[in-house]
Amino acid sequence: MAEQTVKTKKAPLFHIVGRGRGQLPAYLAWGIRVGAFLLALLLNAAFVYLVVQVDPLTFYQTMLKGAFGEGYLWATVKGAAKLLCIAVALAPAFKMRFWNIGAEGQVLVGGIAAAIIMFYCTNLPPVVIILLMAVCSIIAGGLWGLLPAVFKAKMDANETLFTLMMNYIAMNLVNYFYYLWRGPKTALGKINQTTHRGWLSSLWEERDANGFLVQQEESLFTNSDFWFVAIIIVITVLMFFYLKYTKQGYEIAVVGESRNTARYAGISVNKVMLRTMIISGAVCGLCGFLVVSSQSNTISTSMAGGYGFTAIIVAWLSKFNTFTMAGVSVLIVALEKGAAQMANQYGSIGFSPAAADVMIGIMLLLIVGSEFFIHYKVAFRKKTKEVAAV
Amino acid sequence: MDTQNKIAVSFRGVTKTFGSVYANRDVTMEIHKGEILSLLGENGSGKTTLMNMLSGIYCPDAGEIYLDGKQVTIRSPQDAHALGIGMIHQHFKLVDVFTAAENVLLGVKGREILNVAEATEKINTICRTYGFEIDPSMKVYDMTVSQKQTLEIVKALYRGANILILDEPTAVLTPQETDKLFSVLREMRKDGKTVIIITHKLHEVLAVSDRVAILRKGEYVDTVETATANEQILTELMVGQKVELNIERPAPENPVLRLQVEHLTVKGHEGETVLEDVSFDAYGGEILGIAGISGCGQKELLESIAGLQHVEAGSKVLYDAPDGTKEDLIGKDPKKIKELGVALSFVPEDRLGMGLVGGMGMVGNMQLRNYTMRKSILAEIKHSKELAEQIREELGVVTPSLNTPVRRLSGGNVQKVLVGREIASAPAVLMTAYAVRGLDIGASYTIYHLLNKQKAKGVAVIFVGEDLDVLVALCDRIMVLCDGKVNGIVDGRTATKEEIGYLMTNLKTEGGESNG
Repeated sequence: MAEQTVKTKKAPLFHIVGRGRGQLPAYLAWGIRVGAFLLALLLNAAFVYLVVQVDPLTFYQTMLKGAFGEGYLWATVKGAAKLLCIAVALAPAFKMRFWNIGAEGQVLVGGIAAAIIMFYCTNLPPVVIILLMAVCSIIAGGLWGLLPAVFKAKMDANETLFTLMMNYIAMNLVNYFYYLWRGPKTALGKINQTTHRGWLSSLWEERDANGFLVQQEESLFTNSDFWFVAIIIVITVLMFFYLKYTKQGYEIAVVGESRNTARYAGISVNKVMLRTMIISGAVCGLCGFLVVSSQSNTISTSMAGGYGFTAIIVAWLSKFNTFTMAGVSVLIVALEKGAAQMANQYGSIGFSPAAADVMIGIMLLLIVGSEFFIHYKVAFRKKTKEVAAV
Repeated sequence: MDTQNKIAVSFRGVTKTFGSVYANRDVTMEIHKGEILSLLGENGSGKTTLMNMLSGIYCPDAGEIYLDGKQVTIRSPQDAHALGIGMIHQHFKLVDVFTAAENVLLGVKGREILNVAEATEKINTICRTYGFEIDPSMKVYDMTVSQKQTLEIVKALYRGANILILDEPTAVLTPQETDKLFSVLREMRKDGKTVIIITHKLHEVLAVSDRVAILRKGEYVDTVETATANEQILTELMVGQKVELNIERPAPENPVLRLQVEHLTVKGHEGETVLEDVSFDAYGGEILGIAGISGCGQKELLESIAGLQHVEAGSKVLYDAPDGTKEDLIGKDPKKIKELGVALSFVPEDRLGMGLVGGMGMVGNMQLRNYTMRKSILAEIKHSKELAEQIREELGVVTPSLNTPVRRLSGGNVQKVLVGREIASAPAVLMTAYAVRGLDIGASYTIYHLLNKQKAKGVAVIFVGEDLDVLVALCDRIMVLCDGKVNGIVDGRTATKEEIGYLMTNLKTEGGESNG
């Protein structure tokens, strides 16, 4: 009989228990996170040893070198800054529970807008060009973000799909301009290669009577990369301030938590949604401008480098705190660069770029997975009970 | 029968924790065969958790459960069914688009092809035996709350339940429906079934049960024979101290007309009428109660006044300001209403989903009403901090810090934060919906006291309630809603529960007549 079978059952080996109202103390929560990180390092070491028989010490030395070593550090910093910029742009949208996964496209249209100015308005003074590029990028990105929000507000269109699809439109817009401007050449190359019009460096470069560049003393202030990183840090600080201390930031938080509460408090949900998506898209657009004017000086579909998607992970892991985002961005880009270095160094003995991606995957899985154990615990069957149940 | 055979269920040292909170601690108690046992306790005393362990939803952290003297491990609701345990939850687990019979068959193991005819026959037999009235071919979405509950009970019996657990079964029923339920439960007892009802309503406990088991803060206190108990004794066992059970009702002092609702009509999403031609006045200095079975327009009524509901043309909500001016609130959103200087406070039914921001602390929730106070782009925070501190002190809100998300506070504390904030804005009209739902006795009385204080200040208090005992004890006038229409306004001092219960379910043919 059914009753009989039930009685012989043991208690389950383990079950998941919510931690309930009592939150885990901060040191334990961080303990779990650090533990997950160490476990990920261990697993990765094992994985690498299995694939290419490189011992863990050499392996991590290579990783560290690729991420922070001489000649590699700036690449990591710049990459992290770009990732951070996009994550910061996503912060207000995500805090509002508006799933903007169109950052990639918003960065691209920002880049296109900047490049169009760069390409067609070459007769303006350098400062004017740069400013015009920035403004147009911000407008383009803002509009690209606004459009899905309008449809969401008017017809409750699903913003996740909408923003995702907008990415592909943006990518093909980039392709369009790329082939338009490339003409019969084999590649587009840098725009304004000789005049440097629209390049951030044109702001401080000096030219002699013949139009040749005058050799300048190297300093931080005449370094495009420095300004790229510095501007992004400023944006990060401003966004933190905006979300935490302003009326608009407060409204975003309320709308994100509960639309009904927002209505109850007299906050216009649609207005906040439209405004916030303009801001989110605008910061992405600004990122596109920064990349085009200070990094690539040209356009390509890899301008955002997939960071529009990676930034989603960054924003989530940081719980939308822009300063935490900085740390997470560095971590992820360092991993990426370290893994790339592995693929570079051990590619000949079988460590492919795909293996590098596996490493990053293991790392992210454990870091994201550790959050589960901060909110839940696993209760195992007690020994004594097991005896009693048998 | 020897004592061993009399015991249906026994808990031995059952403990269940959620994080660091003990939901149940070392509970040892017994439930007899063929009795109606009331499980009594305040909210958060662990009644439901204990029963969830019996019905396989939770697994105890420690302790054992014995059924008919044999130890059992109940790993899932399926196990519970197999052991003859059925639980009717507070929130029904029914599929709306299925018929009664289909819902009963859902999840029952058997042949691949459903034999609905056979099931229908069996359902009818069960109904005849215990006196249920249910049509097996009726769709769930056409059922009243009471019918859905009946269906849940039939479902449990169909699966062969010998032990039936009902979680707060009367919370959603009118007095008449409650009586009907109780007579069914008595029939089941006659048939030898064991019935456990989880409740915190004392008069029902006394009316229906044989014995009362009391839990307090997750611990088992005692079991008493109902025959020897009274409300005072049970309350003291439940709360752990002496409690004054009388609600004050001072006479209104020079009531002033404050709010005139005229011909208010609201239509739902599918064009169905939710409120029809509702007209009434609310006076400063009195508490106007609003009674009605749940979902017959109370929510829409309050939200219409607060500017959160789309209403039909012809509806009027006139606010009579203390300075003598009149303002129609219809067509204005909450922001506009506030800008007009209308002192309207609203404690909505959905506290964390509408009145408060669950993820924010007390300070953040105070900001909800104040954040625009500063002229600059910055959100106001200083005043909100002071207000949060003040409410914490005056109302005794228990919270680890002013920034602890209010979602993590207990129901009573959440309500204190909300009511405290709404009262702090010195309202002329204070609307509350189910202000004490889910609150323990102490917290409930704090709220009644606060409402009375507002009444004494000359505030027009509108109190939407569900507990008729409280309505007739607290309110000066009670308006009864039935199917979205005003079905009478009665004097709270003379009206009886039965009278109100009748008005709640039997619509007068010629419509509501105001006699208040």
